[in-house]
Amino acid sequence: MKHHLDFEKPIVELQRKLDDLRTHPEMHSLGISFEEEIRLIERELHETKRQVFSNLSPWQRVQLARHPKRPYTLDYVRSVFTDFSELHGDRHFADDRAVVGGFARLGGDRVMVLGTQKGRDTKENILRNFGSAHPEGYRKALRLMKLADKFGIPIITLIDTAGAYPGIGAEERHIGEAIAVNLREMMLLEVPTIAAVIGEGGSGGALGIGVADRVLVLENAYYSVISPEGCASILWKDRAAASKAAAALRITARDLLELRLVDDVVPEPIGGAHTDPLAASVLLKKRLLHHLAEIRILSVEDRQRLRYEKFRAFGRVHEPLAAA
Amino acid sequence: MTASGNQSKIQHISMANSELKKRTVVIDPVEPAVTPPPATSDTAFLKKPKLGTGRGKKRDIPEGLWTKCPKCENLIYDKELDANLKICPKCEHHFPIGARERIHSLVETCSFEEMDPEMESVDVLHFTGAASYESKLAANRKSSLLKDSIITGIGQLAHHRIALGVMDFSFLGGSMGSVVGEKLARLIEAGTDKGLPVIIFCTSGGARMYEGMFSLMQMAKTCGALAYHAKKRLPYISVLVHPCYAGVMASFASVGDLILAEPGAMIGFAGPRVIKDTTQAELPPGFQTSEFLREHGLVDSIVARKELKDRLRSYLDFLKPDPTPS
Ligand SMILES: [Zn+2]
Repeated sequence: MKHHLDFEKPIVELQRKLDDLRTHPEMHSLGISFEEEIRLIERELHETKRQVFSNLSPWQRVQLARHPKRPYTLDYVRSVFTDFSELHGDRHFADDRAVVGGFARLGGDRVMVLGTQKGRDTKENILRNFGSAHPEGYRKALRLMKLADKFGIPIITLIDTAGAYPGIGAEERHIGEAIAVNLREMMLLEVPTIAAVIGEGGSGGALGIGVADRVLVLENAYYSVISPEGCASILWKDRAAASKAAAALRITARDLLELRLVDDVVPEPIGGAHTDPLAASVLLKKRLLHHLAEIRILSVEDRQRLRYEKFRAFGRVHEPLAAA
Repeated sequence: MTASGNQSKIQHISMANSELKKRTVVIDPVEPAVTPPPATSDTAFLKKPKLGTGRGKKRDIPEGLWTKCPKCENLIYDKELDANLKICPKCEHHFPIGARERIHSLVETCSFEEMDPEMESVDVLHFTGAASYESKLAANRKSSLLKDSIITGIGQLAHHRIALGVMDFSFLGGSMGSVVGEKLARLIEAGTDKGLPVIIFCTSGGARMYEGMFSLMQMAKTCGALAYHAKKRLPYISVLVHPCYAGVMASFASVGDLILAEPGAMIGFAGPRVIKDTTQAELPPGFQTSEFLREHGLVDSIVARKELKDRLRSYLDFLKPDPTPS
């Protein structure tokens, strides 16, 4: 499987050229010095990256959000947090491996971190159900959040899912109810809560762990009520129209911030999080610490009130009488 | 597509239940995002029967005045259906019923004060697909005679003052956008402030795609409002009506203190076709019907439409706190 996207091609090629030259200095062009050639390619690489990534279409962002090399939840759990101690199970039915969570420390402080987890290869994807949780996943998430709430531990959720799983078992055990209960319960948690969409924010499956004091979205992540393909097949009768749908739905980080549906956009290293996962984790950590410091100092009552007021304000309606 | 190669085997569903089949739509082609689930033969509704064999020349019965019951296949005179709360007099099949008719059947005469009757949807994203959202809204306002897919208000059910919300599937498939979320949030907050029980009749294809993430956020908004209502220990009863899916099922519809359902309704999160396509499995018999959901523990009780008012009254009677001894 090729691990780069079409629009990444010029960057990948320049990078390869640079790598080749470094491993085989004797290959350098005869007219200029080795150092000079390296410098030239580096400059070109930087410029190409800048150009490509400052003009990404919404659909290209979606592709980046789904990039198979993009850091997943557990990657950030390891790089942003320390002392992660995983906890399992919903205490009712199973341990849904599409949701991971446990105790950890962020900058030394106790937190509960949890999130949806995709697999890196086929084997892991089967284990993780491609990051699509069953009802047990949402109930496990709620159990961990309630545990954190009881002991005054702030909660950080990382969201990366194409959506909740549509299956017979999921229906028999009421995945809709599992998500709905989370929406209600997360609204009244007493501890500080932050949700960050790190890749795919797939509809209710994402929102099911996404009600928080601060909702962040990574620069190349998306968050949508329906997948662009799903929307395209409905409105354009053609899944290939996904790029049009991605634009129409306004699902990119920038769109969401403009529409004030998220609180902050977390920058990624140029080229996307997958090109420099460590830099991406440093940027995410910085924003998490910043927001956590801000909401931590609020009283429980203020936090709950502000959280509700934020979600309460979402939506635009027209009221002829009120306007008159 | 390179990046999602290893996900292509799996189909995901979204709150806008995208792949529900359109075969059974009452109103003219609506997007599946807002369309009912595929009907088995006994959930197809309002299919006008083909009448007479007289080559359309001399029909005894004028078209449009009769409806064929999808369950018992009898022809029912429309007026009879209207007089019977849209229930088949022969087999008790429950046809869809409009929000106003439903409210009329529940509250005492002249007791219903509608809230926000003028509230309308806004094309906040300037959404244009095959047809614009604006044109969809205009067409649906005309065909349904409604402003949007829900009516809310305060009314009297027997001796109980209640905050009542009733969804109507005939407006854009009962889809939830900002208007549904805002009207419900105001209704629930009014219930919380005035100490009233909340009752919501839920029928919907899911979140309204045309309003993008604003639609999705109505799920959190309504559940948040219900959290505060519950905190005051006030009753919330959710009644599931055919069909009820996706974003509505993953929010307010599923968190009632009591969850009731009308008989034979199709209720679920993902539409049956999406599930079939994703899992390649045969769906169990009766999958996602009211009876199936009672069997699997979501629904407290299945209540026939004609008994709903009495049943709701008795639950409200029962849940009313005992007067504190003085
Ligand atoms: Zn019948």
